[in-house]
Amino acid sequence: MVVIAERAPRERSSLLTDPRVRSILIQAVLLVFVVGLGWYFVENARANLAAQRIATGFGFLNVTAGFGVSQALIPYSETSTYGRAFVVGLLNTLLVSGLGIVFATVFGFLLGIARLSKNWLIAKIAEVYVEVIRNLPLLFQIMFWYLAVLATLPTPRGSFSFFGLAFVNNRGLVVPEPVINEGSGTIGIAFLAGVVLAVIVRYWARWRQLRTGQIFPTGRTALTLILGLPLLVYLILGAPIRFELPELKGLNFATGIRILPEFLALLLALSTYTAGFIAEIVRAGILAVNKGQTEAAYSLGLPPGLTLRLVVVPQALRVIIPPLTSQYLNLTKNSSLAVAIGYPDFFALFAGTTLNQTGQAIEIIALTMAVYLAISLFTSALMNFYNRRVALVER
Amino acid sequence: MSDIAQARTGAFVRRELVAASLPPLTERGLVGWAREHLVAGSFNITMTILSLLLIALVLPPLVRFLFVDAAWTGDREACVIANGACWPFVKAKFGQFIYGFYPIAERWRPNLVFALGALLLAPLLILPAPFKRLNAVIFFGIFPIVAFVLLTGGNFSLHQFIIGRIVPFAYFVGPAEFLGLSASFWLDYVISSAVIVSVVGAMTRLLGGNARAVARVAFLLSLLLGLVIAACDFDFGLVPVETSAWGGLLVTLVVAVTGIVVSLPLGILLALGRRSELPAVKAFSVIFIEFWRGVPLITVLFFATYMLPLFLPGGLTINGLLRALIGVALFAAAYMAEVVRGGLQAIPKGQYEGAAALGLSYWQTMGHVVLPQALTLVIPGIVNTFIGLFKDTTLVLIVAIFDLLGQLRAAFTDPNWATPTTLFTGFAFGAVVYFIFCFSMSRYSMFVERWLSAGKRQ
Repeated sequence: MVVIAERAPRERSSLLTDPRVRSILIQAVLLVFVVGLGWYFVENARANLAAQRIATGFGFLNVTAGFGVSQALIPYSETSTYGRAFVVGLLNTLLVSGLGIVFATVFGFLLGIARLSKNWLIAKIAEVYVEVIRNLPLLFQIMFWYLAVLATLPTPRGSFSFFGLAFVNNRGLVVPEPVINEGSGTIGIAFLAGVVLAVIVRYWARWRQLRTGQIFPTGRTALTLILGLPLLVYLILGAPIRFELPELKGLNFATGIRILPEFLALLLALSTYTAGFIAEIVRAGILAVNKGQTEAAYSLGLPPGLTLRLVVVPQALRVIIPPLTSQYLNLTKNSSLAVAIGYPDFFALFAGTTLNQTGQAIEIIALTMAVYLAISLFTSALMNFYNRRVALVER
Repeated sequence: MSDIAQARTGAFVRRELVAASLPPLTERGLVGWAREHLVAGSFNITMTILSLLLIALVLPPLVRFLFVDAAWTGDREACVIANGACWPFVKAKFGQFIYGFYPIAERWRPNLVFALGALLLAPLLILPAPFKRLNAVIFFGIFPIVAFVLLTGGNFSLHQFIIGRIVPFAYFVGPAEFLGLSASFWLDYVISSAVIVSVVGAMTRLLGGNARAVARVAFLLSLLLGLVIAACDFDFGLVPVETSAWGGLLVTLVVAVTGIVVSLPLGILLALGRRSELPAVKAFSVIFIEFWRGVPLITVLFFATYMLPLFLPGGLTINGLLRALIGVALFAAAYMAEVVRGGLQAIPKGQYEGAAALGLSYWQTMGHVVLPQALTLVIPGIVNTFIGLFKDTTLVLIVAIFDLLGQLRAAFTDPNWATPTTLFTGFAFGAVVYFIFCFSMSRYSMFVERWLSAGKRQ
């Protein structure tokens, strides 16, 4: 016998307990709130700007800037426009971040490996370095390099000399200036040819190794091709590029390229600081590789160096790359701290000087944020692409 | 029997094992350790020599500068002669480094706040200490208000709430005040909240919900808000201290702690929003998080300093420190959200399904099942975000708020203490202070991590 459960009388349920109605209600409230807040802000901004008689729009980018810049990678003068200053600043930011990323990566990998060294002293030194550098604010370190290290160096007359080639003093670093004569274009072509040849050699070596098992010294050959070929052309052409050594005339250096102390302080601080974080990422990545992998490689007869290069590092990279990307992004964003010591980076030139002169706060800060966002998104897209390439292919 | 056998044959049978002989001297003890860790192979030896050279290059001059050659007492003259660290400089500027230009007579107030904070924080950090929930409520809910009143002096003369903007209550009751509480404002507050509570209740009823429960929640909320406002409005007889006079470590801690207290709940909400099934909520959370994470903090501070005032009604000015605090809190919330999201993702689906099977609502599921597990998992990540936030507070000096680093830099320019070593001494002092805070936080997070994983280890 089947007992049919008595149906409970249907309660008059609230509209509020209906999940569909609820979700629409919540989203509508959020939407109204966000749109309302936006509308409120825009209305206030319009009223405030009208009261202060500030014209809106990006027309100011075509106005003559009238300020000088201490470091410009493209021709720039006081008669250039704000738009030009924007580009100059952006290039300076990219320069310091690009170099910072290279130095931080190299130094960070060395430190990370040093922390895992069997040598107790090296491991301890690396550990102390990482702990100290990671636990002090970056701005503090930038100030330290700028005020305490570079500013207290001797004047140009008492410069520290690096074998007479480069000089460092309280006005920055002076390096030899290349003087480019006719025929130097050929050297560039030779360099490109060297790169192309090196790539071809690499593919050929891999093809041969797959067929015969013989290993070809690709690295050494590629280095010889890339560096040797331009050098050969340089010598054949009778040295068309000369380096003019820095020369002290009076109180300062007359020749040579001078690198600003602000740039040096920022670059040093950014690379040493980020290297501390990269070291920890690298260490974690290497530790994440199973010990059995190393032991298997040793039992196959691979020497420690090759084991590291062919077995451990490729697997560790999978763990290393995602956090490494965010460190690169951090470094790029942190380069905006240049404003504290007066290096003319994008932020200092645009959100600093240009904002002060034009008062176009909304346009300038929105544009500044947009540029950093774009750099961030571009870098993470690039690193995601690379990450997909090294990621484990699951079959 | 065997004894007899042994006696007859003269054979010897060993009863015990021979004690294992020690490894050779070169493999054990200090020598063995050194052979393996310092002088194993030519590369290792080279590394050891280089390390020793580095230590010899760095350590003795550092010790000599900080201790041996340092001047401990005296004035500028003593420092010029000493040729080492100028500790009298730190001693003379100590008040400025800690409190900025906070009036000397009123410095017991920041001291009291520091002491209260430490007293409340310690049992919160000691994991087995009881009353965690109550402690957290006091630290995150009541302590900020007490600190706010103590530091600013409280007694904010408020004039109108909501309805008061339309109806001039002051016209009816006059400028009457009772212990700093203005009659017109509180009349306005009581009427406005009564109106809001009844409107909310009526709307719920219209939609067929439980009007009584909703109205009760609205009433409690307005009561709570009223208490908070009353605490800030009440005249405790404290001398008001402008935030522009605050500085040094006080500002560093105020910015960091505010960022921490605000960013955690906001970050949890954003993380929940990012994993929500409602498309509008999810889109809002994703855009909010990615936007703040994609821009440098300094642009956020500039946004708060130069752009925010334009977005608010003309007459309204926000205090400079408050603007920076808003910027820092929003920025930190985005980072916190990503940390919390990591924890949410680690909770297995069975937990959600189990909660759903028990008939728990969304907030019950999150509050009683998912979040307690997720937050415990990511405590190390949360602490790391706090460390980052603490270090990032230095950036406020770019928008002219003088935290510890700002005060250091200001002190360097004092001609009364201009010696060749002032700069290095100041940096050494700052480094020690920042290091102590950040290092202890990171050690604490490591300790919690070990403590939490104790059950997972064999």
